[in-house]
Amino acid sequence: MSPQTAEAKSNSTSKHVNVPGKPEGWVPAGDLQEIVTLEEMQKLPKETIFMTGSEAARESIRRANVDMAIAYPITPQSETMQQAGYLFDEGYIKDYYRAEEEIGTMSAISGASRAGVRSLTATSGPGLMRGTEAIASWPGARTPIVMLNMCRVINTPLAIQPDNTEISFLLNTGMLVMHAENQQDFFDWPLIAFIVSEEVDVTLPCTVSVDGFFVTHARGNVAMCDKKYKIPPRDGWRNAVPSMDNENPPARISRDAPIQKSNFISYHMHASWQQEVFSAVERSAKYFDKYLGGLIEVVNPDAEEMIIASGAAVSQAREAVRQEEEKGNKVGLIKVKTIRPWPREQIIAAAKHAKVILVPEFNQTGWLHKDVCTTLYGKSTASIYPGPRVFGGMTMPTELILDWLKDIREKNTSRNHF
Amino acid sequence: MSLDTVKPAPGYLEHLPVEYQDLVKHGQYGKKKKVSDMGKFKELIEEHPMCAGCAMTLFIRLVFLALPKPEHTIFVGTAGCGRLAISQGNVPFIYGNYGDTNAVASGLKRGLELRFPEQDKDVIVMCGDGGLVDIGFQGLMHSWFRHEKFSTFMLDNEIYGNTGGQESGMTTKGLVAKMSPRGKVDDKMDMLGLAKVAKLDYVARIVPTNPARVVRTARRAILVAREFGSTYVQAYTSCNIEYSIPTPDVMQDAFDKEKKDYGFEEHISDRAKAYLDDIEKKEKAAAKAAKAAKK
Ligand SMILES: Cc1ncc(C[n+]2csc(CCOP(=O)(O)OP(=O)(O)O)c2C)c(N)n1
Ligand code: SF4
Repeated sequence: MSPQTAEAKSNSTSKHVNVPGKPEGWVPAGDLQEIVTLEEMQKLPKETIFMTGSEAARESIRRANVDMAIAYPITPQSETMQQAGYLFDEGYIKDYYRAEEEIGTMSAISGASRAGVRSLTATSGPGLMRGTEAIASWPGARTPIVMLNMCRVINTPLAIQPDNTEISFLLNTGMLVMHAENQQDFFDWPLIAFIVSEEVDVTLPCTVSVDGFFVTHARGNVAMCDKKYKIPPRDGWRNAVPSMDNENPPARISRDAPIQKSNFISYHMHASWQQEVFSAVERSAKYFDKYLGGLIEVVNPDAEEMIIASGAAVSQAREAVRQEEEKGNKVGLIKVKTIRPWPREQIIAAAKHAKVILVPEFNQTGWLHKDVCTTLYGKSTASIYPGPRVFGGMTMPTELILDWLKDIREKNTSRNHF
Repeated sequence: MSLDTVKPAPGYLEHLPVEYQDLVKHGQYGKKKKVSDMGKFKELIEEHPMCAGCAMTLFIRLVFLALPKPEHTIFVGTAGCGRLAISQGNVPFIYGNYGDTNAVASGLKRGLELRFPEQDKDVIVMCGDGGLVDIGFQGLMHSWFRHEKFSTFMLDNEIYGNTGGQESGMTTKGLVAKMSPRGKVDDKMDMLGLAKVAKLDYVARIVPTNPARVVRTARRAILVAREFGSTYVQAYTSCNIEYSIPTPDVMQDAFDKEKKDYGFEEHISDRAKAYLDDIEKKEKAAAKAAKAAKK
């Protein structure tokens, strides 16, 4: 057995720190779980339970073999991360603490990930914005952190309501960005996020974003395997760059500060470091494809009217598709699962027959619409409509999507398109 | 890293740069070096791009000499002058965002404890006064109140050296600096007082006028942090550029400062004292035995 695998094996029974008040001989619940690969886990018999998105995330974390969880409470994330506290207490997570605030959270979790352990955090809109300086530095530090993001309004007037503008701030950082539709995704995807982000040729952080309240606080059916299973631990020896553990021969170089000077060599080093990060994002696509069964899901691929959506907007679009079908109209749907890596070719192929495209979003700025337009420019003759959009906590009634479709069919010119 | 990791596989040594060969043959790995040995062995840090005469470099060099286990040490730093030298050392260095040191170190140290439960890994934060008490204040305080098991070394030049001489929380009252055009309004922040409030097991204030004392202080801070929790060393390391101290006068300035308002202070908790006494007694006995054996 290589030292690497030996360590990975022993990892599951390593010393537990900061677990006071447990009786002698206490065995952490995580140590009693059986390790199965993610592929095996996906094929295990499942029980379907009606639960909230926060509970689904908790069950996912229970099976994710997490070493370290650090977070700061914020609505609507708090539910999940306090549940993670109970998981720590039971011994499913090895170390856990409530950090001082989000700069502290996002910095500390990067320290943990640099140590080579599986690291989890979670936040929501304003917390994400506060931690963004640290978050933006994760990809370059090659830290495979998983950050759950329960989306929330970020602008004044201050509100706790769902609105996913904050996702747009993550799109150009070099991190992997998934946007989950419902409770089931919020159970399945964090597990996938860990496994993909820790692949050697990826070694990047990944966010699983989900629309707050609509998913986190509402119930839905979630199919999951028994809690006696967990995915394999992170192997801290397998990274694109060595962990910061001082287990390598010494060298007069600090990986985190290769750019100490201002000269053309340092500029080139920085440029190539960034290029490599964004190449790693592309390389993650093959793994996501495998575990997600495709980066996109397509309903009615030959339809001339298509809806392209991510997150909770997909569920609303599904219902619109169903109601149109009842009326005898075929409307198509493309669910974009990973925003980064962006499934460019897949979207171009799936939108081949489209004459009209709608991009419904839970934000004012239309970040998904922008990426869709850039992708289809010169590749499609479809009219791409920027909406419908709701924000500030509004729901997106299916009627809104149906109205837009109706207006477009009736050539109501008040709807702009590109 | 095991000490064996330092040594190249048989047959390779002579093909490595002389620098590396010296490190293997004459380095401080596995040996305890004293100040009086300086110049006679290959130090972990030798070159640096800092200003000529910068007092920070002397202090940093002495802390590297003091490392109880360089092969199991990780430095955490941030923006500020000190990182220019620390990153040249033969010890892994995390160069984080400005002010994030004590949060990063908290996660790092806990992560290392999970991964290497049988192996002590020393995590050391070393950065400027501004990085710790201004932008990094919150992280610093919380790491102390959580008693995270790493040491914090402040390179206190009482100014923002790296950005060209603006006042920091550690600048003394009344000083005219950039961004304090009428003289600094408030007092120098009492970080030793705060460290005591947080009940740190080891707190020291020092000016590098006595190299052996710097080495002893640094070693104590690192060893106590390993065993009990946060420790703090505040070192006056003048910025001769921003304070216009001629290079030949840098040491005189240090002596003057020590006399004026930076006298040596060391606060050790009872449990830390018992622990250090035990270690230091054993070390002394071992040294005595070795000396006797030589005779
Ligand atoms: C978020 C952020 N804000 C500001 C800066 C600019 N900055 C870099 S170093 C520095 C001051 C350094 O002063 P100090 O920490 O005292 O260290 P010194 O250079 O004096 O050793 C500042 C303000 C930065 N790099 N990042
Ligand atoms: S600016 Fe001051 S603190 Fe920075 S390297 Fe120069 S002398 Fe040292």
